[in-house]
Amino acid sequence: MASGIKDKVAIIGMGCTRFGERWDMGAEQLLSEAFSEALADAGIERQQIGAAWYGSAMERSVGNSAIPLATALRLEGIPVSRVENMCATGTEALRGATYAVAAGAVDIALAMGAEKLKDTGYGGLPTLGKGSFADLWMPYGSAPAGFAQLAAGYRAKYKIPKADLKRAIGRVSWKSHQNGVKNPRAHLRKAVEMDTILNAPMIAEPLGVFDCCGVSDGAACAIVTTPQIARALGKKSLVTIKAIALSASAGREWGTNQWDGSYVQNTRNAAAAAYREAGISKPREELSALEVHDCFSITELVTMEDLGVSDDGRAWQDVLDGVFDADGKIPCQIDGGLKCFGHPIGASGLRMVYEHYLQLQGRAGSRQLKDPQLGLSHNLGGVPYNGVCAVSIVGVEGR
Amino acid sequence: MSPSSPVGVKSFGAYVPRHRMPRSVIAAAHAWALPALKSTAKGEKSFCGWDEDSITMAVEAGRDCLRGAASATPVVGLTFASTTAPYADLQNATIVGAALRLPDSRSSMDAAGSVRAGLSSLGQALQDASSGDRLVVAAERRSGKPGSAQEMLYGSAAAAVRVGQGDDVMARFLGRDSAALPFVDHFRQSGEKFDYFWEERWIRDEGVAKIVPRIVTALLQRLNIPVDRVAHFGLSGGPGGSDKLVAKALSLSPERLLPDLHSQVGDTGAAHPLLQLVAALERASPGDIIVVACFAQGCEVLAFEMLQAAPAVPGGGLRGALARRIEESAYLKMLSFDNEIDIDWGMRAETDNKTALTQAYRIADQILGFVGGKCNACGAIQFPRFPACVNCGKVGSQQPHPLAEESAKVATYTADWLQYSPSPPLYMGLVQFDNGARLLMEMVDVGAEGIDVDTPLAMTFRIKERDRQRHYDRYFWKATPL
Repeated sequence: MASGIKDKVAIIGMGCTRFGERWDMGAEQLLSEAFSEALADAGIERQQIGAAWYGSAMERSVGNSAIPLATALRLEGIPVSRVENMCATGTEALRGATYAVAAGAVDIALAMGAEKLKDTGYGGLPTLGKGSFADLWMPYGSAPAGFAQLAAGYRAKYKIPKADLKRAIGRVSWKSHQNGVKNPRAHLRKAVEMDTILNAPMIAEPLGVFDCCGVSDGAACAIVTTPQIARALGKKSLVTIKAIALSASAGREWGTNQWDGSYVQNTRNAAAAAYREAGISKPREELSALEVHDCFSITELVTMEDLGVSDDGRAWQDVLDGVFDADGKIPCQIDGGLKCFGHPIGASGLRMVYEHYLQLQGRAGSRQLKDPQLGLSHNLGGVPYNGVCAVSIVGVEGR
Repeated sequence: MSPSSPVGVKSFGAYVPRHRMPRSVIAAAHAWALPALKSTAKGEKSFCGWDEDSITMAVEAGRDCLRGAASATPVVGLTFASTTAPYADLQNATIVGAALRLPDSRSSMDAAGSVRAGLSSLGQALQDASSGDRLVVAAERRSGKPGSAQEMLYGSAAAAVRVGQGDDVMARFLGRDSAALPFVDHFRQSGEKFDYFWEERWIRDEGVAKIVPRIVTALLQRLNIPVDRVAHFGLSGGPGGSDKLVAKALSLSPERLLPDLHSQVGDTGAAHPLLQLVAALERASPGDIIVVACFAQGCEVLAFEMLQAAPAVPGGGLRGALARRIEESAYLKMLSFDNEIDIDWGMRAETDNKTALTQAYRIADQILGFVGGKCNACGAIQFPRFPACVNCGKVGSQQPHPLAEESAKVATYTADWLQYSPSPPLYMGLVQFDNGARLLMEMVDVGAEGIDVDTPLAMTFRIKERDRQRHYDRYFWKATPL
């Protein structure tokens, strides 16, 4: 029986670049900047890294293989692997590094995620081929088109008037813009009025421009080791990893009539596994803060139900009631989320953990929450009915 | 079937693109330069969506023809007739036949070279019909140069006729006659897009008036059919009003004329005589004589006797096709769909749509025939067919199961304004078949009323993507509101 990874691995250093339209930097500088911050934070030297996992999702973003990372950071003679799992890529990198440490294969490991999206010449994510098989039959929708279908399914199931759901998802984005103002590393740092959000140009019905997250350049990383080594390095009040869980679609949602379009099964699977590993039975009561995959406003709304912090069919009202605001019961996207911090795909999972890491150590400045104990982060790759979900939970040691 | 069983038409089908352009809109767009077009700006014409061509329309007409076919006789031959076939070297009929899931052992051929190709192919198929059922499909995606008379006149459509021998024949084939003359009223060289026409008055007076009555009369005399027994007469290929001119020359009452379809569809070239035959079959009573002629480098004429009235198929045939329409108001949309203007769709349109022909052949029945799988363990119907069942995971469990004619509805959807589509927004979502199958599909021909969860859908064969670098279109099925 697997015993899980709870408290077996500690994070001793993290780094995260400013996300955004980084016309000033290529991928190699972004990688270097995040790594330098993490090394300084950990108080170790580059040569102490025993292995590295590198997450980058897009075909033409940073380049294939782990070589761009090894070259940018001059990681010589150690195992460096590239992982890719769509928007769950950053968490995949953390998972690789964490498991290596938990297994005793290495003492100190690096998890890095990065994406250079703003070298495409246009807004939004690039259209990707789906492979020679799916190319022949699967339509090429945009990312928002994939998630917009959640709105259709959710609205139909709970018989919510179009205007009410539009207002609720608008409120999701409004809240994240409020939060983004306080984050100096966020891509979008401007509060936006509800009217502006509701009347913005349509991207994929019912998602307007403000229902979509920023598409950004950026890099984020974590250095992990065992709690024993962390203490030997002089670290106190450790932030440890409680759980990392993953779920990938196997076709049931889009290939059978067993999914009604109102939720994301992968999130439910991954959340259940993560709660089990972390020993969490009442997420609504136990989690201090959420960093979820708000690629689109409707995704965040539905995720609240999938994570069990809202009852099914209730999230849209919880959102309107401010439950997930900075001063609400469970603050969500306190750093601005994908919506405003930005979404450099491969970096996002690590960026979420970075925020929890700061919050848990009381280092989050003007957006610091009061006495957080457990933070959950959530990534959703692909589309709701055909994707990958990663959930990770970090917290103070022993919690 | 006995050797004395009649040879003739067993079933028919038609397809007209839903896009209809009022001719007044075309005339208004050109009024600054060509004010005289206004005089011909009556009625509307059909035009193809960007993802329709004569192959896709032929498939739709063929499906309409074969739908619920009472005849258990397999189709042993398919002829695809068109002057606007997408491929010069790649048999278009093979793609049509694959989409119709006809037996591999069929004979298959393309007919082209003249708007006579449709009616001549039908005549040939009828002469061969005693050796097995044959399907003739004629389809045209006709382009008229902006500002030309043809832009006003030409429409796009397809018609399909299944012929054979047996007691299920609804219209007996009586005979055919033809004349081949080097009368060049219009032409289009290979590789060119638009037709070049000579003076209409010459075509009418020296061509239609002198050639068509002579050939029609010769056929009727040979068949011993007095003109006044002809209940339905259709003529295409000539200038507007040619049918009335010929009827007068034959002393045929004008009310016996079949609709020329000008006010609803336009002149559909090689498809037109077959569409007119379909119109006749839809209205004829047992005993009626039907004569359909096509003027082009001479004349082709076929005669039939109605034996039994065609079964009424709700939504089917030409009547159904004409009723399914979306009135368009954007002239530039029509031009863009026909590649006459090159809109800047932005960098998102720069994707490479190269098709792996190896892969396409491996799964041809799934892609062209829309044949999914049914699990022999749990019974789940699914698309595509993977080695293991989507529901129970059993490996090697998939039995071919066609989906094209199954009923379905919208499970989820969105209208995507971000993704490149030649016809924005791109409607897409999960399509739920009543039999349990589900897949992500593009949804097309969505009218002003839009779609929502549970909107009933039908399947339609379309171009999925165009590879503009290599000039190859890949086809797949899309969903369209019923």
